[in-house]
Parts: sequence; C-alpha cells; structure tokens
Amino acid sequence: MSDVVALGKAGVAIRKANDAGRGALIGYLPAGFPSYDGGVDGIKALIDGGVDVVEIGLPYSDPVMDGVTIQRATEVALAGGLRTRDVLSTVEKVAAYSDVPLLVMTYWNPVERYGVDRFAADFAAAGGAGLITPDLIPDEGAEWIAAADKYELDKVFLVSPSSTDARIAMTTANCRGFVYATAVMGVTGARDKPSDLAAPLVARVKSATGLPVGVGLGISNGDQAAGVAAFADAAIVGAALVKALQDGGPAGVRKLTEGLAEGVRREPRAPAVR
Amino acid sequence: MSTVLPDQFGHFGRFGGRFMPEALIAPLDELTQAWREAMADPEFTGEFERMLREYIGAPSLLYDATRLSDVAGSRILLKREDLNHTGAHKIRNAIGQALLTKRMGKPRVIAETGAGQHGVATATACAYLGLECVVYMGEVDTERQALNVARMRLLGAEVISVKTGSRTLKDAINEALRDWVASVDKTHYILGTAAGSHPFPAMVRDFVRGIGDEAREQSLALLGKLPDAAVASVGGGSNAIGLFTAFIGDDEVKLYGIEPGGDGFETGRHAATITAGQVGVLHGARSFLLQDEDGQTIESHSISAGLDYPGVGPEHAWLADTGRATYRPITDAEAMEAFRLLSKTEGIIPAIESAHAVAGALDIAKELGPEATILVNLSGRGDKDMDTAATWFGLGGSDE
Ligand SMILES: Cc1ncc(COP(=O)(O)O)c(C=O)c1O
Repeated sequence: MSDVVALGKAGVAIRKANDAGRGALIGYLPAGFPSYDGGVDGIKALIDGGVDVVEIGLPYSDPVMDGVTIQRATEVALAGGLRTRDVLSTVEKVAAYSDVPLLVMTYWNPVERYGVDRFAADFAAAGGAGLITPDLIPDEGAEWIAAADKYELDKVFLVSPSSTDARIAMTTANCRGFVYATAVMGVTGARDKPSDLAAPLVARVKSATGLPVGVGLGISNGDQAAGVAAFADAAIVGAALVKALQDGGPAGVRKLTEGLAEGVRREPRAPAVR
Repeated sequence: MSTVLPDQFGHFGRFGGRFMPEALIAPLDELTQAWREAMADPEFTGEFERMLREYIGAPSLLYDATRLSDVAGSRILLKREDLNHTGAHKIRNAIGQALLTKRMGKPRVIAETGAGQHGVATATACAYLGLECVVYMGEVDTERQALNVARMRLLGAEVISVKTGSRTLKDAINEALRDWVASVDKTHYILGTAAGSHPFPAMVRDFVRGIGDEAREQSLALLGKLPDAAVASVGGGSNAIGLFTAFIGDDEVKLYGIEPGGDGFETGRHAATITAGQVGVLHGARSFLLQDEDGQTIESHSISAGLDYPGVGPEHAWLADTGRATYRPITDAEAMEAFRLLSKTEGIIPAIESAHAVAGALDIAKELGPEATILVNLSGRGDKDMDTAATWFGLGGSDE
C-alpha cells in the first residue's frame, strides 16, 4: 500500500497542517445535538473556527467509551428522534459547506444494523471521509475493512496506553487516515491535567507507522492543545466542544475552536517524525 | 463438543468475540490467560470446590417434585440452586471470579446488578475474601430493589446508583465498563452472567457448570439414566448455560431455554431476546439483542428483574442457531401462575426468574407426556420477590 493511499483524506489534511509547521486540530460534535439543525450549525462553527478534520458522532444508546457530557448530548439527540439517516444527511449538509474531511465516530452496532457495505456506500456518497470506531478492533473488523477499502474510506482504529507493541503494530497496519491514540485510561471528558501516558504512547505508535497520530481524551483549551501538538500530529477535542455548544451555541463553539486552533499553532513544535 | 467452543478469539460460530475499546483488549488477554492457568491449577480448582462445598452448600439437592409432577403430567426434578448461600446460582460465578481476582493480585472488584442478586452475591464473595467491592445499579432498580441495596451495603459494598440512559441493568453494565477502562490495573470486573466480551461467556460457564455436572450425576443416581429434557430460564444466560453444559454432548437430552415473554410477544413489552431479537453487537459480543431499525438498544420488560435484559450470552445464540437448544417465551402471567403453583404444591417459593423455567416445564410436559422426566433449574428463591407477588396476587395485610 502506497503512503498516499494510507494517508487517506484525513491524513492528507493533517500532514498539510504539519507541513505548515503546526499541529492539526480535530474537533468532535455529535449529530443531532441540541437539535438536528443546531447540530449542523455547531459543526459548521467548528469549521469556521479552524479545525482541520471534523469528527461527527453518531449517537448510540450504549456509549461505553463516553463520559457524562457526551452521553447526555447523545441522549438528547436520540430523544429528539435522530435516525442514522439523519446523521448521513448531516454529513451531506456539512460536506456541501466545506471541503474539510468529515469522519464519523460510531459505535459498531448501528453500522452493522444498517449493513456495513450499504453504510459505507451511502456514507461515501454523502461526502464522508471515513469512520472512527471506538468499539471495533481490527481483529473483528474484516467486513468494515473490506467496505472501507472498496469505497476508499479512512479507517481510524484506536490505540491505548495499555496496548502491547504487537497490537499497536497490527492496529496501525489496519488504519488509514490517522491513528487515534487515547491519551488516558478512561472515558471521554475534559480533564484538568494533561496525561503523562500520551507522549510515550505516541512515541511507540510512531515507531510502528508513518501515519499521523492524533491524541484525544481530555483536551479542553488552547494550552492543552499546544501541549499535545508538541509531540503529536493532531489534537482531538470532543467533550469540551460539546460543552461549548451546550453553553454558548455555535458562537461558543467557534470561540473555543479558535482558541484551540491558536494552541496547535504555538512554537516551538517538534517536527513531524515520518 | 462443549469444550471446543469458543475458539481462541471467543467466537461461538458467528457469535461472541470482542467488541470492546482497545484499552480493554490487553487486560482481557491477561484475564484470559489468568483464567486458563487457574483452571489448570489443582490448587485453584481445589480451593474453588472447597468454597462451593463449605461456604455455598454445594452440591445443591436434586429434588423429585412429585406433587408438581402430578399436576404437570411428566416427572419433574428440581435442581435446588435456591438453597445455595445467598439464595441463587449467581454465587457460584461470584466466588469463582472473586477467587480469580485474588489470584491476579487485584484488590478491587466492580460489578453490575439488576435485581440485586448478582450484586449481593459479589458483595458476599468480596466480604468472604477481603476484597473492596463497588456495585453499579440503575437508579430505577435501586428504588425497585431497596432491600438488596441495604444487603449489599451491610456486606460492605459501595452501591452506586446509575442515572444515565434507561437507568436499568444495561446502563449499570455501561457504567461498570466505564469504571473498568479507567481502573483495570487494580480492578477486576465480575460480570454477572455468561455474556459480554471474551473470555467472560466461557469463564462464567466454567464457574457455573457445576449446576449441570452435579445434576447429571444426581439424575443418573436417581433414575439410572439421563433426564429427557433440561429446562432453565434465560436472562443473560448463566443459570441456563450452567445447567446445559454437562448435557450438550448427550443428544438424547433436549435443552430448553425459557425467555421472559413479559406482557406477550405481540405487545413488544418483553425481554425475549432470542425469540424476538436480531443479531447485533452489545456489551462486547455479537449475539441476539432487542434493537430498533437503527441498531439502538430497545428497553426490555419483564416482571422478573433478573431476566430484564435486552441482550443474551453468545453461546445461547449459537445453541439456538444450531438447533441444539430451543428457546421459547413465557409471559409474566404464566410465570406468576407457576410461581403460585410451585409454592402451593411443593412448599417452595421460587424466584420469579426460576418460575419462568417451571412454567416452561409445564408446557414441555404436555408435549413429552407421562413417561418423560424433565430437569428444571430452580435458579433462586423467591423471598426477594414477595413485594411483587403480594401486588400481583393481592396478598395484602388486611383480611378485608
Ligand atoms: C434467581 C435467578 N435466576 C436467573 C437469573 C437470570 O440470569 P442468568 O440468565 O444469567 O441466569 C437471575 C438474575 O439475576 C436470578 O437472580
């Protein structure tokens, strides 16, 4: 597999930022929160604020990797009647608004229920770039890997501080786009202090792959984003943006995003190791 | 046959596996290894058997229920798991995993509970072995089962009321998993049924299979042959797999899993996962589950809190798929009739979960006739259910 293919759409956007001497910023918001239209507006505000890659959450009834902020937001979305097809149309609307790569973060069952190949086809047609799959490991992912390859979608699997080197090698070999490194042992949610597990994990991932590495879980402000951008290729922010949308609407999202975007541009920054 | 599955990745045919965050994969691998080594170590298995014997009261009796048999039309044998310490089969799994926790050197245990039976069993095992214990319980259930909350607290456990999602068992599992992702280096998660991610379905089976192993021996001693059928209720599937495992290779023994039919299949208010669910992924494994068109989990309904779960262990999905076991629903009303019948004919008040199995056996007796012997897993006792029964039958205090 050539490097260009493995970089995928999200990887190209991340490397573009890295080539400009900065870290990339990846922002997450769930579809359908606080309402269908409100969700679309929130995601557009992420883009206006300067994210390099967008991560749209597909709300799910049993989100075991999420802390309370994202749980509550996705509960609101589902209580509002959000359907999988509405997530796809959210992707379509945002894709019409901007060229920023759009990833969907989804627990596995909604995709399996929709039909893996059918989901990949409809998602690609809507303008989606790929999936982040927090409860699907490559070991169980043959059907998704085949569909992603067929429709040229990014496949972002997660690595964790607890992952063995062998698992990191196997997982990164199955990724396209970037590798999602979870910085803490724990669920999503803003944290006061940065994790000291993240930098060693990124170093281990970098010794296994030339793909960009994004670090997520716990980042909530520009200072923390700057700290992560010093050793990772991309900083991933979720719960803090959900909170900003909840408290300040799209304007709040835009303001926080701008602060985060400033953070990933701070000097000095370690050059990307390829 | 029974020892071949799951494969090394935890697959029972197309079911099972590991649909879990990567953060838990290495810990699950370590757990798998620790469990395999423990089961091959006579010191561990000897200690487990000693605890079953001296602390739990195993082997539980096999009881020839003659008066119930007269009504049923077949000979009914009851495997008296209700006589175990803490009143249900659940304690077998709880002490097995608690002993394994000690062996792994972890000081802390977490568990989920619905009705509180598994929570009480785990709190008991932790008190017995000196482990710290935290039990997650949906807020709705802490209100419905206040007595069991008090029991767990008395036993020294911390009970955390879960206020997200549907605030019931499935959300308690979600919250326990969230705790575990953050605490796994010092904490073992004692899952309460034969479901979830590999190795849980196979490991829990190892700890509860004594039910069937004992019953098989006891049946041979009593009858000189095996029973014609073995019947158990199915929530997540532990008491049923505990009974079935010993008989899976005995083709002449029909296996029946009784699912909670709630208000009836037509009403949509039930928890009959295999009968009415579709294949999907929940809580770490592929199996049957109650889900909507979009793969969102649907809330289940059963008068029995212990059966009120929208998923089911993957081995049952596989046994259903291959036809080795048959799964059928029993409604709340049918279960409560059997609850009363067993109380009146035998002086045994069953758990409502177990009453589902008794009701299923009454139907199966009609099909198999007077020559047949039916083994029923009486998985627990009914003390915990007396409020429900008093309301259902109008057994109030005043004599009008
Ligand atoms: C007495 C009894 N029987 C059966 C069950 C159902 O669980 P399982 O299907 O794991 O045996 C429970 C669960 O709480 C129970 O307490």
